Amino acid sequence: MHALLSQTRRNFLTSSACGLGAAGLASLLSDDGLLAADAENPLAPKSTHFEPRAKSCIFIFMAGAPSHLDLFDPKPRLNQLHGQPMPDEQLKDVRFAFIKKDSVRLMGSKRKFRPFGECGTEFSDYLPHIGSCADDLLLVRSLHSDQFNHHPGQLLMQCGRGTFGLPTMGSWINYGLGSETRDLPGYVVLTSGRGSSGGATLWQSGFLPSLYAGVRFRTSGEPVLNLSNPSGLPPQLQRKGLDVLRQINGDRLAEQRDPEIASRIASYELAYRMQTAAPELIDLSSETKATHEMYGVDRKEIRKGGRGKAGNTYQSFARNCLLARRLVERGVRFVNLVYASWDHHSNLDNELAYNTHVVDQPIAALINDLKQRGLLDQTMVVWGAEFGRTPLGENRGGRPNVTGRDHHPFSFSMFLAGGGLKGGMVHGASDDIGWGVAEKPVHVNDLHATMLHSFGLDHLKLTHRFQGRDFRLTDVGGHVVKDWLA
Amino acid sequence: MRRVRLSALSLFVLLGTALTSAAEDQLPPPAKKTVDFSKDIKPLLAKHCVACHGAKKQESGLRLDTRNHTLAGGDRGVAFSIGESAKSLMIRYVGGLDPDITMPPEGDLLSKPQVALLRAWIDQGAKWPKGIRIGGPAKTHWAYKPLARPTPPKLPPALAAKSHNPIDAFVLARLAANGLAPSPEAGRHTLVRRLSLDLLGLPPSPDEVDRFVADKTPDAYQRLVDKLLKSRHFGERWGRHWLDKARYADSDGYEKDRPRPNAWRWRDWVIDAVNQDMPFDQFTVEQIAGDLLPGANENQVLATAFHRQTLTNTEGGTDKEQWRVEAVFDRVETTGAVWLGLTVGCARCHSHKYDQISQREYYQFFAFYNNGDEMNSDVVTSADALKTFTRESAAHRKQLAKLETDLATARTKLQPAFEVWLAKQHQALDAAGKDPIRDLPLTGLAATGSGGIKLAVQKDNVVLASGPNPVTAVYTLVGRVEASSLSGLRLEVHPDKSLPKNGPGRASNGNFVVTGLKMELSDNESFAKATEAKLVQARSTFAQDKFPATNAIDGKPKTGWAISPQMGKPHNATFFLAKPISLKGPQHLRVTITQSYGGTHTLGRFRLVPLTGRQKHLGLPQPVLAAFEARNKKANDKKATAVLLDHFATVDKTTGPLIKQLAETRKKSPKRPQMSVRVIRQRTKSPRTTFLFQRGDFLRPQKTTPAIPAGLGVLPPVRPRHKDPKRLADRLDLARWLISDDNPLPPRVAVNHTWSHLFGKGLVRTINDFGIRGDKPTHPALLDWLATEYRRLKWSRKALIRIIVLSATYRQTSTTSEALATADPQNTLLGRQNRVRLQAEIIRDNSLTAAGLISRKIGGPSVFPPMPADVAALSYANNFKWIASKGADRFRRGMYTFFKRTAPHPNLTTFDCPDSNTTCVERRASNTPLQALTTLNNEVYVEASQAMARRVLGEKHVDDRGRLTRAFRLCVSRPPNSEELKGFAGLLEASREWYTEHADNAKSLVGNYNTKGTATDESAAWVATCRIMLNMDEFITRE
Repeated sequence: MHALLSQTRRNFLTSSACGLGAAGLASLLSDDGLLAADAENPLAPKSTHFEPRAKSCIFIFMAGAPSHLDLFDPKPRLNQLHGQPMPDEQLKDVRFAFIKKDSVRLMGSKRKFRPFGECGTEFSDYLPHIGSCADDLLLVRSLHSDQFNHHPGQLLMQCGRGTFGLPTMGSWINYGLGSETRDLPGYVVLTSGRGSSGGATLWQSGFLPSLYAGVRFRTSGEPVLNLSNPSGLPPQLQRKGLDVLRQINGDRLAEQRDPEIASRIASYELAYRMQTAAPELIDLSSETKATHEMYGVDRKEIRKGGRGKAGNTYQSFARNCLLARRLVERGVRFVNLVYASWDHHSNLDNELAYNTHVVDQPIAALINDLKQRGLLDQTMVVWGAEFGRTPLGENRGGRPNVTGRDHHPFSFSMFLAGGGLKGGMVHGASDDIGWGVAEKPVHVNDLHATMLHSFGLDHLKLTHRFQGRDFRLTDVGGHVVKDWLA
Repeated sequence: MRRVRLSALSLFVLLGTALTSAAEDQLPPPAKKTVDFSKDIKPLLAKHCVACHGAKKQESGLRLDTRNHTLAGGDRGVAFSIGESAKSLMIRYVGGLDPDITMPPEGDLLSKPQVALLRAWIDQGAKWPKGIRIGGPAKTHWAYKPLARPTPPKLPPALAAKSHNPIDAFVLARLAANGLAPSPEAGRHTLVRRLSLDLLGLPPSPDEVDRFVADKTPDAYQRLVDKLLKSRHFGERWGRHWLDKARYADSDGYEKDRPRPNAWRWRDWVIDAVNQDMPFDQFTVEQIAGDLLPGANENQVLATAFHRQTLTNTEGGTDKEQWRVEAVFDRVETTGAVWLGLTVGCARCHSHKYDQISQREYYQFFAFYNNGDEMNSDVVTSADALKTFTRESAAHRKQLAKLETDLATARTKLQPAFEVWLAKQHQALDAAGKDPIRDLPLTGLAATGSGGIKLAVQKDNVVLASGPNPVTAVYTLVGRVEASSLSGLRLEVHPDKSLPKNGPGRASNGNFVVTGLKMELSDNESFAKATEAKLVQARSTFAQDKFPATNAIDGKPKTGWAISPQMGKPHNATFFLAKPISLKGPQHLRVTITQSYGGTHTLGRFRLVPLTGRQKHLGLPQPVLAAFEARNKKANDKKATAVLLDHFATVDKTTGPLIKQLAETRKKSPKRPQMSVRVIRQRTKSPRTTFLFQRGDFLRPQKTTPAIPAGLGVLPPVRPRHKDPKRLADRLDLARWLISDDNPLPPRVAVNHTWSHLFGKGLVRTINDFGIRGDKPTHPALLDWLATEYRRLKWSRKALIRIIVLSATYRQTSTTSEALATADPQNTLLGRQNRVRLQAEIIRDNSLTAAGLISRKIGGPSVFPPMPADVAALSYANNFKWIASKGADRFRRGMYTFFKRTAPHPNLTTFDCPDSNTTCVERRASNTPLQALTTLNNEVYVEASQAMARRVLGEKHVDDRGRLTRAFRLCVSRPPNSEELKGFAGLLEASREWYTEHADNAKSLVGNYNTKGTATDESAAWVATCRIMLNMDEFITRE
């Protein structure tokens, strides 16, 4: 290998043609102590626009859109008006997914809210564990979106715009910052529950190279697709085979002087390291019993519910939360933790009880665990969905038995924790009935701008030119919400 | 054209922004002189307007520096309509009549004489001498300049010797000017593999390689090119390039992402069109507007499915109009990207910042597509299927003709038998007429019901059920008849107030179902030796759909006679024996009525009446009976006789079977192999008027001024084919505009695409951006030469490719020499070929080909090669099951893999296959560890190593060296060098050592691919070795 490098190094490292490929090898080899680490690697940590506060992000994506009115945003006035019609004036220009306007009525929440922590932020009785973290949470009650159908809404939340072909947040952050792990992908996706509306588009890299796409870690079988050697092929032979491959590809590189070959060699080596690192990552046996219990990894399916789910979601979601911590510990930049579905058009009380019961304990455990390990400051935890739900009861098809809420993009709630953001704070407010934003509106683009800011990235400067346009995560909008920054 | 736009627009100006006559009074009247544009108007516009409405800046999307732009208007609509200055926006603003807007916005207003001059100019026809541009001739962006054919540079003799065709002249001259020499021609092994991969997407077999390497004739290369261009796989390779642009997929996209099982039909259209070398102009017109072609055939309509590859959102609660508009946006933007190389999408919301595309122009483009509706159309499933159908139809027609002739012949001999039959039938009918069907008295009637049902016999033998109402019931009625013959039975049902909904049945809606009816006769009351009088015919006054009276005597327990929705009324059903039976003395009669349908569908009130006499019809159909009646009135009624002869022919023993056979053969006529496909069809009823959407929001149309179909201002205008000024330009005009002789952009873009598929990079490096922000061509003259050449070659794709691959430039080695690595690392001067990572589908095709597993079947429904179950499960609510194809379909080429938009096959996406949600004119090639894991460990690639090991082990080779060489050549065509041989031999040896010790491992690794006569451990060692060979960088690269 040394011989190869001395032979080719000058050719591909000094030429301006080296591009990403040669850089990849350079970094790899520098990790192997073979080469001075001076070349730029597409995934190597990059300098930021200003001092970053956050280093990694765990985005807990509640696909399907939970009801903010039953979890985060108490509305006594709405409860008083339960069963009353909305003024026609207010409904005039509104479009709903399923609600029939003529017979629709306001629907109060059956939840009891109480203040938590020193800050006294109110949370619903469905979220006792998350509530107990109140002093670490930044609760935003004034988010709004432009899309009221799931897939476009989910794309907007992940990509900054409700259209296809754009990179997701995790891709942008890895593109902007590079990765701090040499054994694992910089952008990992963990899913539980059922398939979301957006499917694999929720972790696509869009027009960015697929290097920046989320890699899904699976909940059963091999943790990453194709990670295991074929049955009957031992690790020794894998190494021997890769050595031969490296020699042959290296010779070819020396002859062809194409930096892409160097990049390919590097990708095989990273693959090899992932083959060890990924199984180690998902093996939770080294975690203490207390940790297992805190996250609830071994919980049984305690309640019934979760339409269309696959497997024991209590376990899979808790496990994913613990894995998220292990991932950021290992330098993974972005973890997208997708749980579906919260699309409670009917039977809201029971289904919401089930879903919150699944997620409440593990999420609180994750926040506390990160905190006790001193990781919360540099890890941004974001809890959110594509939109909220209507203060109106859903009467689809004139259904008399109103038990759910429709899609609601005009005002909804999210919370964030750590990553250089303030805790124990409520930002913004919706109006008396939770219909529109009353104070300090935050558009999804603003959320993204502020998240990037915490990572030391200026959302106006983090751009990529595609088809003649400089695209950014915040599309044509986005203002940093300065109030959030600790 | 211009007149069309103005007349239609002026109407809206009138409606939308008409000035009141009072306001008009405030305006100075038009100047009473003949206006001279250059002297009177140009200075005025230059001084006051074009700074904000000119080439550099277009406030409100309006430009006033050229006549075309001025007449086109801006985001607020037309500035004026010729001859109508008083009602125009321009005069309104400059005249200070608008409370909100005055122009110019800063500085002094125009003076009254100036406004008067402008008014006069507008009213006098807005004359604007040709070619005048205010602010001087603005620099036209290179891509919009008219196409002229450049002359290839003259080369000095030394260089000329290296040139094969004009392409090389351009390239060599540039290289020489930069003091560089071209790279030598690549070796023959490389050339044949390069050509094969570029033209077919499949590697050459070692035999093909050998033949080419050995062929020393001077035209060997050219013959190879011509052979490959004729291969049907050419259509797959170049069709797939087109499918990327078309965002082709097998599902709807968005949340529900429903499958589109017939989408492949258009994919096959593309393959066929490319294989037949359909000229690119026709290819363009048929796909954009095939439905509008005069007398469009089904293939031309099918072609419009290009624009049916847009996504469909069927998520619950969506606004249909929103997603219709979204699809039209996509059609506009895809057309812009594919034919014009421009990102027009920005102008959806606002006038384009860089590319001189105003928002109004965007919606004028949008207007072309706004009346193309999403429809379905029938099309033949494939040309092969049509051939089979044509053949079978001909055979079938022949068969029919023969039967018809036979029948005609047989019929000529019918007359004698017919006359005998006629006489007999007349006689029988006469006899029947003397013994009509009539009621028989039934005495001593007693009725019993099952399950405790009470059956009361009332006056006239009417029976009423009451008491328990079980779900099913059997009634037994016994009585006496006295008559000479019995021919059947009538069952009357009667409504009654005591029954649900007045009956006559006992079901909650008043219905019943009589599922069985049995009649028995006996000499005595005991019925010990009763005989059944079998009822075989039935008719009723009314029967429920699918519940005819015949069902009551069909022996099936769940079918029967019922009467919904005619409950609450009396009905009857009459049942007959095959023929009347004679009765010897008084008889006891027993009738069993079974009602086993369930749900209390039982009779409530009814009456049974035995019948005697003969049915007049003798089983003959009504028209035949009528014919007999007619002959009774007039014995020589010719028409009636003919009817009877026809009927007789059906029962005669010679003609009857022929007629039956003929009917059956007719039924078996081959079906045209048709399927329904998604296409675009022009909306004819209530066509939509297009308006500009503010900020691209379909809920905010700017209703004042419609957008009239038109092209882009930077290019020559669209010329509508209809001379009628009232008819707007349509999609067909748009399509023809794209490939018109004076439109310079599409041929430039098209040849750049072709070039990029053969060099890995375009002459314009920003393949997706020919706009202001894109790269300039590396070889502008070459690009234009190729663009004009494409037209000269009558848009033949094959001819264009041929001339490129025959060039010395294409044939160069892809090795970067020391000199080029320093002087031109990006290869902008084309001093060498580029190495290109193969595309996702081709990587898999290559492995399967080396393994000998590939199925070379072309076209047909998409297939489902194995995929992990949890990948499909990612789709919405697990609504999609991926059922792996069996047999050869597992090994079809990658382009036939079913493409599910929300859960695409990871083997495709991992290697940068486009997501098919939006158009893709350029694939990327990234390097990721997931790719390495795929080709090392994925099921299909492991299977390829297993099959490849079996392939080389099953062949005759002298030794390991020979076998390794063979395997190596299956992968990369060339023989290995000694280092490579040594490397793989080392791996083989290490693998042998392992597997002789580990029989279990060997067995697992070899899987189902044991080789006859080879030990499993030896096979395993070869699988392990082939697996690494299939991962060589060179293997997944086109050198």
